[in-house]
Amino acid sequence: MPLKAVILIGGPQKGTRFRPLSFEVPKPLFPVAGVPMVQHHIEACAKVPGMKEILLMGFYQPHEALSRFLVSAQQEFKIPIRYLQEYAALGTGGGIYHFRDQILSGGAEAFFVLNADVCSEFPLQEMLEFRQRHGDAHSFVILGTTANRTQALNYGCIVANADTQEVQHYVEKPSTFVSEIINCGIYLFTPAIFQHIGDVFQRNQQELVLEESSNGWQRAEVIRLEQDVFTALAGSGKLYVYKTDGFWSQIKSAGSAIYASRLYLNQYSKSHPERLAQNKPGGPVIRGNVYIHPTASIDSTAVDHTCVLNTIVGWDSTIGRWARVEGTPSDPNPNDPYAKIDSETLFRDGRLTPSITILGCSVTIPAEVVILNSIVLPHKELSRSYKNQIIL
Amino acid sequence: MRALILVGGFGTRLRPLTLSRPKPLVEFCNKALLLHQLEALRQLGIRISLSHEKEPLGTAGPLALARDLLAEGGEPFFVLNSDVICEFPFAALARFHRQHGGEGSLVVTRVEEPAKYGVVVSEADTGRICRFVEKPRVFVSNKINAGLYIFSPGILQRIQLRPTSIEKEIFPAMAQEGQLYAMELQGFWMDIGQPKDFLTGMCMYLQALRAQHPEKLHSGPGVVGNVLVDPSAKIGANCVIGPNVTIGAGVVVEDGVRIKRCTVLKGARIRSHSWLESCIVGWSCSVGQWVRMENVTVLGEDVIVNDELYLNGANVLPHKSIAESVPEPRIIM
Repeated sequence: MPLKAVILIGGPQKGTRFRPLSFEVPKPLFPVAGVPMVQHHIEACAKVPGMKEILLMGFYQPHEALSRFLVSAQQEFKIPIRYLQEYAALGTGGGIYHFRDQILSGGAEAFFVLNADVCSEFPLQEMLEFRQRHGDAHSFVILGTTANRTQALNYGCIVANADTQEVQHYVEKPSTFVSEIINCGIYLFTPAIFQHIGDVFQRNQQELVLEESSNGWQRAEVIRLEQDVFTALAGSGKLYVYKTDGFWSQIKSAGSAIYASRLYLNQYSKSHPERLAQNKPGGPVIRGNVYIHPTASIDSTAVDHTCVLNTIVGWDSTIGRWARVEGTPSDPNPNDPYAKIDSETLFRDGRLTPSITILGCSVTIPAEVVILNSIVLPHKELSRSYKNQIIL
Repeated sequence: MRALILVGGFGTRLRPLTLSRPKPLVEFCNKALLLHQLEALRQLGIRISLSHEKEPLGTAGPLALARDLLAEGGEPFFVLNSDVICEFPFAALARFHRQHGGEGSLVVTRVEEPAKYGVVVSEADTGRICRFVEKPRVFVSNKINAGLYIFSPGILQRIQLRPTSIEKEIFPAMAQEGQLYAMELQGFWMDIGQPKDFLTGMCMYLQALRAQHPEKLHSGPGVVGNVLVDPSAKIGANCVIGPNVTIGAGVVVEDGVRIKRCTVLKGARIRSHSWLESCIVGWSCSVGQWVRMENVTVLGEDVIVNDELYLNGANVLPHKSIAESVPEPRIIM
């Protein structure tokens, strides 16, 4: 069966919580566990039999890093990969609706839609098989996972029939508890979805005629899959949820990049054991899952007596002797199997929330200082210790 | 001549160290505090009395308790606070006291922040004390009571056997009568009754040692400034120790350690790659690898600090195991 995949990568106005990491490189290309964030998606899609083409969709301007990435990804995974640029931020549904002809070209019978800012096992083949068992050729499937009762409110909540797994109710970020099953941001659609998105588009247009608003045409085409489409499809017998127990996390804040890294590194022992660093005589002591880029060098004289914990160190940064660079992990509660990473706001009660420390690119940390829970913007040369601060 | 050293208190300000030892026996620059004073007194051939208070008698009461011992022989006697460290001027003080013939002499020293102490106002030429003001709110003088005195036995008639403060009750009266004189101290002075001042005093003492007995200080690769190391201590490779560090007997400092402005007491171990500044590491402690300790962190006896932690101003009671960083100053009980 011919398949396609669409990866929604957003644009510069989106993903601002990922700053300052996104200053140098667009968020979807930021390395997680050693490879660009979306490469994990592409790899998973390319493995599914019948996958004809992968489309990256977003509203970034053409970008050298993005173009280079597309070229190398195509060579590595041997599958056509294209970037479709939206003319404006059209929402999670508006973009695929706008490019529906591109998506369906070549006779695709079904296609996946994946959000770039999630980290997952990507059980795509399982979603196809699930659809065969539970639905029919026209059913849509949402990938769902379990969250705890408090954190579920931060996501799209799904109520499903226990036997048929049909979605009976869908609410995006409710204020009261609805369900523990949350939307993972990975979907399996058929061409029929465009009919439903089109209906939303029509409705939007009609409302705008009534409202007589000034920026009418742009707003009509902004369509959100979650609030506008899924909510309407719930209870119609066309939408199903496939629940997974595999690992899954959102990657919204910089801190979640470290957690996502850990999840993927864990997976490498099965999927890519060659990517994990091994202990070698005379080399650095490796504990747990570690990825070291082939061009990186761990030199004892270069990293004399430093202690770096829960930190993202940007490209070309240097850290002086006996310096301590430390952040606070925002990992989910390890005792709760369904806990998800918190997307904490940057400030709480007027103070910076303790989070991982980020050194932008080309930052210089002098010897013997401590940098704790701080964010240092690129090209900064520090001269003293800092704690709980953003250094511009 | 005799001397009375007031060692009465519980040493609460120097906790957690004083939870394991009485304060006079805490090592300051690798020598028990009391021993610093005793060695200075021994040079004058002084006999030292012991007097045990059953209840706290303040700073004057103990003199009344030891009345018989002190009055015997009719000679002047010294009184010292045990917290004081300086270049003890006992011979000069005795001479000064005999010359003016008054009932009491006290040593004064110049400080930057006199409001924390008892301030002395005296005549510049004779040294006779006019006024004695305890912790003044406005600036009166920058000379303070250094806690070293010499008295003629006559003073004992002024003191009753009850809790009495010599600064508040005895001295003001003596000053009014013109019986109290002040001698200015040369050289460094510090009240080392609390950790912050203990470290400051250590720096001053080591600097004086550099001037008078430089051979006692440590030198070698990786040693910076004034560093005192007990011969039985071991220091590893690629360390940078100093300035202003005291390393006690049997201490082991592993490779790649940086220590500045610290006292490391007997038997402690500092593991590799750690960084310490302005700390007191108690007896037999074990500080892990890649640890960072700063800002007057004090470890009581036998404390274990796990690897890779950060302690900022932590005050840790004896026998504790620290498994989590302390990013802001607090007490770990």
